[in-house]
Amino acid sequence: MDTIMEVKDLNLWYGDHHALHDINVDIPKNQITALIGPSGCGKSTFLKTLNRMNDLVENVKITGNIIYNNENIYAPKVDVTWLRKRIGMVFQKPNPFPMSIYDNIAYGPRTHGITSKVKLDTIVEKSLKDAAIWDEVKDRLNTSALGMSGGQQQRLCIARALAVEPDILLMDESTSALDPISTGKIEELAVELKKKYTVVMVTHNMQQAVRISDYCAFFLLGDLVEFSKTEEMFSMPKDRRTEDYITGRFG
Amino acid sequence: MVENVAVSQPVAQPTGFSKRKLWNQGAKVLIWGSAILTCVLLAFIIGYIFYRGVPYLSWELLTSQSSYVKKTIGILPNLMNTLYIILVAMVIVLPLGTGAAIYLTEYATNKKLVKLIEFASEALTGIPSIIFGLAGLVLFSEMFGLKQGILAGGLTLVMMVLPVIIRTTQESLKTVPNAYREGSLAMGASKWHMVRTVVLPNAVDGIVTGCILSIGRIVGESAALLFTAGFGLVLNDFFTALESSSATLTVALYVYASERGETNVAFAIAVILMTLTLILNFSANYAAKKLKN
Repeated sequence: MDTIMEVKDLNLWYGDHHALHDINVDIPKNQITALIGPSGCGKSTFLKTLNRMNDLVENVKITGNIIYNNENIYAPKVDVTWLRKRIGMVFQKPNPFPMSIYDNIAYGPRTHGITSKVKLDTIVEKSLKDAAIWDEVKDRLNTSALGMSGGQQQRLCIARALAVEPDILLMDESTSALDPISTGKIEELAVELKKKYTVVMVTHNMQQAVRISDYCAFFLLGDLVEFSKTEEMFSMPKDRRTEDYITGRFG
Repeated sequence: MVENVAVSQPVAQPTGFSKRKLWNQGAKVLIWGSAILTCVLLAFIIGYIFYRGVPYLSWELLTSQSSYVKKTIGILPNLMNTLYIILVAMVIVLPLGTGAAIYLTEYATNKKLVKLIEFASEALTGIPSIIFGLAGLVLFSEMFGLKQGILAGGLTLVMMVLPVIIRTTQESLKTVPNAYREGSLAMGASKWHMVRTVVLPNAVDGIVTGCILSIGRIVGESAALLFTAGFGLVLNDFFTALESSSATLTVALYVYASERGETNVAFAIAVILMTLTLILNFSANYAAKKLKN
């Protein structure tokens, strides 16, 4: 397995609260890694350390290294805007900007300096196709993105994230606000996306983790309890706590 | 726990006179009374001013300046001065106020400092405007050596409406969902890029409303301008007016009513001021609604 990111001795505090303890894990390339665990276990916090979205939180303190592209992403010389361009993120609730569908997708490329209409047109079409939503929206690219259904909005947000050509796509419970059909579409999409991208997703849904993830990380109270291939974790968990959780004894 | 369950008994409907009903009626009368009184007062003021002022409104009054030789009165200089002072004050206060608001809501990390500044700007709005006039006199005329005129007056008004602009802008910045900010930053946008492309376009309605309300305050202000802008009734071009004594409409109203005994002209000016204020208030409402969609 190729590794795209190495997390080494990662610790995180929110003020006095020690939220992540000595996390060590290698994120496999072109695979879907699911982060599971009960609410408040630190899985979303961990996800946000990967593109430094935790920088926005007040009083947060992070130690340890996350190596990506041969560099610690927390090194002072790392440009956060570059990092977040390489590591895209899709949030729990769809958050399209109140602009047209086209402008939503073009937002990232424009942010990074692309102004040519021809180039933007190509990127918009490609991103929407990659996010499997092109056919649904190609005739109304100039209408507001807020008029779309929740599921469509979320796929639009995925397309928006893809438009800056990231390496890694982080998904923070990106289907939890959606109906089962939309969820199914996004799951199919994630499986499709791993051919080109690496996907790391937080999910509350065990079935979802089993259905689409290749690797699984189980978090509990700020510890990474177990990291292994999904089929191994769900068939013969190594840790007693993992077994208790995935068999539904708590959570 | 079973013994604790109360056996419900049918309660007799209260009949006739009761204290509760009396209170209810009393409150109703008071509330209606206050509402009606407010409306009557407003209608009376507007009605009376229009009744007294409209007959003296004339094209000549609006388009000429006063002349002792011809014994005519015209308020064109004052109309122009009002426009000049709006221009001067808004050109300075708009970037200053929105900039401060953006800093306070988007950039400032020291929450205590932000609270302090917010408190200070709130307190500023409560200061009587004549005191701004006095401060303006000391600061701009005595310390900076500006002559009485539109510039000194405009700068004084900047101090006065700055808190208004800051507060309204801050409020509208706060209504922009955080999800937009996160979405933008997660795409690799820099902070300023995020503010410019996602935050400001969604707060523009509040900013415009704040501007229009500020213009309303500027149009209506007189006390702060007595010392700083002056009483001049002569028509000047913009650059001359900056440093020559120039009465705005409100100050002119005061001059004509109290010093010249021209009550009718004062009422005519009052009609113009009321109409301007009404237009500004309506356009503030309209702009807020229009830009929101």
